[in-house]
Amino acid sequence: MSVETAAPSGKQVARRRRFFTRQDKITLGFFIGIPTFLHIALVWFPAIATIGLSFTYWTGIRFEDIQWAGTANYENIFFNTPIFWDAVRNNTIWILWFFFIATPLGVLLAYQIDREIRGHKLYQSAYFLPVVLSLAVTGIIWNFLLRPDGFVNGLLGLPISEAISFFGDERYNIWVIMIMASWRHIGYIMLLYLAGLKAVDGALREAATIDGATEWQTFRKVVFPAMKPVNIIVIVITIIESLRAFDMVYIIYGSSGGLPILGVLVFNNIAGEGASMKGAAYAVILFLLSIVPIITYLQQQFKDDVR
Amino acid sequence: MTTTVKVPELPKRKKKLYAQDIKDRFISIFIGIFAVVWVFPIVWTLWSSLRPYAEIRAGGVFSPPQELGVFNYTEAIDRMQLPTYFTNTVLITLPAVFLILLLGSLIAFVVTRYSFKFNVAMLLLFTAGNLLPPQLVFIPVFKLYLLLGDLVGDRRFLYDNHWGVILIHVAFQMGFATFVLSSYMKTIPKEISESAMVDGASVFTHYFRVMLPLLRPPLASLGVLMITWIYNDFFWALVLMSTDNKRPITSALGRLTGEFVTDYNLLAAGAMIAALPTLIVFFVLRKQFVGGLTLGSTKG
Repeated sequence: MSVETAAPSGKQVARRRRFFTRQDKITLGFFIGIPTFLHIALVWFPAIATIGLSFTYWTGIRFEDIQWAGTANYENIFFNTPIFWDAVRNNTIWILWFFFIATPLGVLLAYQIDREIRGHKLYQSAYFLPVVLSLAVTGIIWNFLLRPDGFVNGLLGLPISEAISFFGDERYNIWVIMIMASWRHIGYIMLLYLAGLKAVDGALREAATIDGATEWQTFRKVVFPAMKPVNIIVIVITIIESLRAFDMVYIIYGSSGGLPILGVLVFNNIAGEGASMKGAAYAVILFLLSIVPIITYLQQQFKDDVR
Repeated sequence: MTTTVKVPELPKRKKKLYAQDIKDRFISIFIGIFAVVWVFPIVWTLWSSLRPYAEIRAGGVFSPPQELGVFNYTEAIDRMQLPTYFTNTVLITLPAVFLILLLGSLIAFVVTRYSFKFNVAMLLLFTAGNLLPPQLVFIPVFKLYLLLGDLVGDRRFLYDNHWGVILIHVAFQMGFATFVLSSYMKTIPKEISESAMVDGASVFTHYFRVMLPLLRPPLASLGVLMITWIYNDFFWALVLMSTDNKRPITSALGRLTGEFVTDYNLLAAGAMIAALPTLIVFFVLRKQFVGGLTLGSTKG
């Protein structure tokens, strides 16, 4: 206790802690060393290597086979691969849909559930349910509703010969996928936002109500601004998820490109028979697109530490 | 808490509150209807999985059921080799989650309990690494696995091997675990660590005897979340494995989708079985799951 009355400043504490026994130093070395090595060897090193490889031609695993390609892979993608632009279009639709429809719905839902409207516990569970399911299972479940002899076509009274091909028809497919993706995304956003709302001081809201603010005004002027950190995270997650979408589309279309999106395009070019360094270039493009949300996320999470 | 303390209402505000009540009732009904719509796809798949597909072929999706039972389930377990896939999933998920929690908590422990210059940099490195797209990492990892395999003399040393998938999950998700656990550890009073050090505890004791017991709640949440994520992973198991029999259930499902299109109801049963562990998370461990999810995104 007497040590505390001497009020050691942060720096003094830090210096005092530097006295380690040899054994402690070894322990610390292992504690930091093993995870860091693994993380750098399997995440950062490959990430940087991919960026380098995107400027080369390389098949096989012998280093001698690597040939410098300059920006050829990128030029190939931008100028000779029309499907890339289809994918960009679809991912853009994906982002816009999530941003303007799915995410706001999730936020709204969280707000209403947080107000403890009638049946809120039950509702919360219902919307939460799809979040735990894998996208593979989600794909199968929706296929059940939407295939030619599925529920929706049955409801429309269409025989199999005239059934709407929801996944095949270009008029519908992107929107069907959007609905499926939202099915999961809305619940996810709801959960994140609910946790944030729990932290908002109830007195703030009560004060607003007493001052005669309507529900909408209270949300827009009081709750929403107080939720700024969560808002940023939610926006970042929305963008990252839209850019990385892969599983569900792959489960339904495989590598066929029935609905081109970046995630599947990258996959087709890095795995299996189509593998080439064009795939690396694709991956780098995906990375560059997600770099702004990543940095925003880090800034938000580390703003207290970096000062 | 404060909301429950209702101040006696002023008479002129009563009318307004009444209007709000009616509005709330409508909102509740509206959200309720959507909740039913939300659950419907799952209920429908469940219902279909209890009927033979032949019946639907013959009489349409709305035909009254003649035969109901778990026959699709027994057949799915049998024909789709689901026990094999489940075993694979366990062999990947458990070691991966264990290592993620261990290594993630080690880094979090060091950066929050000892003042080094590179603390924030370390945290940034791990957190940012976790956010990189997996596709960006894949090609070199794939070649590295093959190369190491050749060095050892067994091509399937890491590629097409459970350990390869485990390692990549650990490397990636460790970043998330570090981030979550370090923000939790910052809330544990420094005095606890200081008194441990004053008592002459070694770093090893400090971690295993002092900190680890305190970390139980976030470790439980994180563990449940990680189990769900790795269980649901599709990408890594798909690209790092080439033998179907070695794949975990989630990515095996993709192949089964193609193979069993002739019997959708059998597939429905397969999907329901595959969803079972995650449904257990939903019904039994939801508090941990939500806790883990929100711990990471909103910092505490």
